[in-house]
Amino acid sequence: MQNALEISGLKKVYKGGFQALKGIDLTVKQGDFFALLGPNGAGKSTTIGVITSLVNKTAGEVKVFGHDIDQELEAAKSYLGLVPQEFNFNQFESLMRILVNQAGYYGVERSVAHERAEKYLKQLDLWDKRNDAGRMLSGGMKRRLMIARALMHEPQVLILDEPTAGVDIELRRSMWEFLRELNSQGITIILTTHYLEEAEMLCRNIAIIDSGVIVENTDMKSLLAKLDVETIVLDLSVGGAEPKLADFCYRIIDDHTVEVDIKKSQRINDVFSQLTEQNINVLSLRNKSNRLEELFVSIIGSGAANENKPNGAQ
Amino acid sequence: MSSARNMIALKSILHKEVHRFMRIWVQTLVPPAITISLYFVIFGELIGSRIGQMGGFDYMSFIVPGLIMMSVITNSYSNVASSFFSAKWQRNVEEMLVAPVPNWVIVAGYVGGGMCRGILVGCIVTLISLLFTEIQIHNIWVIIATVALTSATFALGGLINAIFAGSFDDISIIPTFILTPLTYLGGVFYSITLLPDFWQGVSQINPIVYMVNAFRYGFLGISDVSLIAAFSVLGGFIITLFVIAMTLITKGIGLRS
Repeated sequence: MQNALEISGLKKVYKGGFQALKGIDLTVKQGDFFALLGPNGAGKSTTIGVITSLVNKTAGEVKVFGHDIDQELEAAKSYLGLVPQEFNFNQFESLMRILVNQAGYYGVERSVAHERAEKYLKQLDLWDKRNDAGRMLSGGMKRRLMIARALMHEPQVLILDEPTAGVDIELRRSMWEFLRELNSQGITIILTTHYLEEAEMLCRNIAIIDSGVIVENTDMKSLLAKLDVETIVLDLSVGGAEPKLADFCYRIIDDHTVEVDIKKSQRINDVFSQLTEQNINVLSLRNKSNRLEELFVSIIGSGAANENKPNGAQ
Repeated sequence: MSSARNMIALKSILHKEVHRFMRIWVQTLVPPAITISLYFVIFGELIGSRIGQMGGFDYMSFIVPGLIMMSVITNSYSNVASSFFSAKWQRNVEEMLVAPVPNWVIVAGYVGGGMCRGILVGCIVTLISLLFTEIQIHNIWVIIATVALTSATFALGGLINAIFAGSFDDISIIPTFILTPLTYLGGVFYSITLLPDFWQGVSQINPIVYMVNAFRYGFLGISDVSLIAAFSVLGGFIITLFVIAMTLITKGIGLRS
């Protein structure tokens, strides 16, 4: 399968000397749902800025479907749709005009643009607002408007920089469904997000960037498999004896809640068996924290620890 | 992009720009009409009647072309300066920067929008002037060429101003401290032949003198400068400013980090 995006040796030094990217390499396959994660200031938005030509790179190479942004910038741009982190549409224009004008910049005829605008406004539940000015929308509506705008020229690659920031959970879930649907149609999606649950649920491949360096680049399953220990929280029936779990590390939180650490080599069934033998019923269970979040913290944490070493290698 | 797609992109920017100043017509079209009407009443009717003739014409007829040109200059400049800076400030200029729009299309689109407003305001002022005096036309082609080239020149100037501007204050500095003095000293209200030799020489380096006089020639058939010099100055300014604007946008000055 063709590469939708190839980045090699990408560096960015801002005025003042801050090195945002220290030579990153990244490849995203066509049709992928790819997560680019990292803490604030890690270089995610700079990377997206370079890909979309909003940031001038210092060194390196970026290709979109084989088109080098130095040699064939306009061809490369035509494949990309961008949903930026900040609201960047004209606050005084109507939604319909914002979308139709955006399509026009990509050479889409106005009649076709009107049809597409209607389609995406309806799909994203904004049709009733089509004649309202952008500033009249709620935060969630503004996010959806930017998704609609990015789709107006039917891009092959959709880049979303924190698309669900500040969006309530119900709306976030409907946006996830919409993005899954787009991905199933063959659109390559690159996503940055602070909601790691979102990345775990949606993305097949993942890169973690920290201080301008890619510290992890793999598929989601392989990454999650690295997790040695998962902590589950069990809600137990009240009134029974205090639970005892041989061979497991556990903590009794209160009369009816216990946290159990389960290593990769252990089976959760053994926990249930032991509790059943003690006549303790498990009412419900859940992960203490998101699995990807635990990995993310450990990867970023070890990177920070290395940086703090006197001779820390970078 | 293909030339057909470039034309669609150009039309989209033009459409956006014209819609912008028409949407806020009370701010963009009405004020120049009121200002110029006051000029006609005060300088033309009240003071002009005591001045008598200038260049062989009554004073009102003499200042009409200059006042039309003054409104074309200020409106074509301020339209692009405020619109492009506003797009920078709201960051919706990124809509164009991420799209495969060639830089010349962005420049042409904004300049075209500025020209549309400048020329529309010029037409409104011309209609108002008919309430005060009769307008004669000596050479319509000189009028059309001068107004088109002048509005393009100042629209380009407004674009460059907006590219460099870091705040809304920055887009009012040039009009206040450079454009207005040059316009008032550009022969709108007087013939530069009335000035002492030294100040006549100084006036020769004011580009607005050439624009106002070429425009006046189109109406009245009189000019303090030669038409060849006037169109050479206009052509030189347009080429220079276009090259500067293209260079700035290509390098991403004030637009890309």
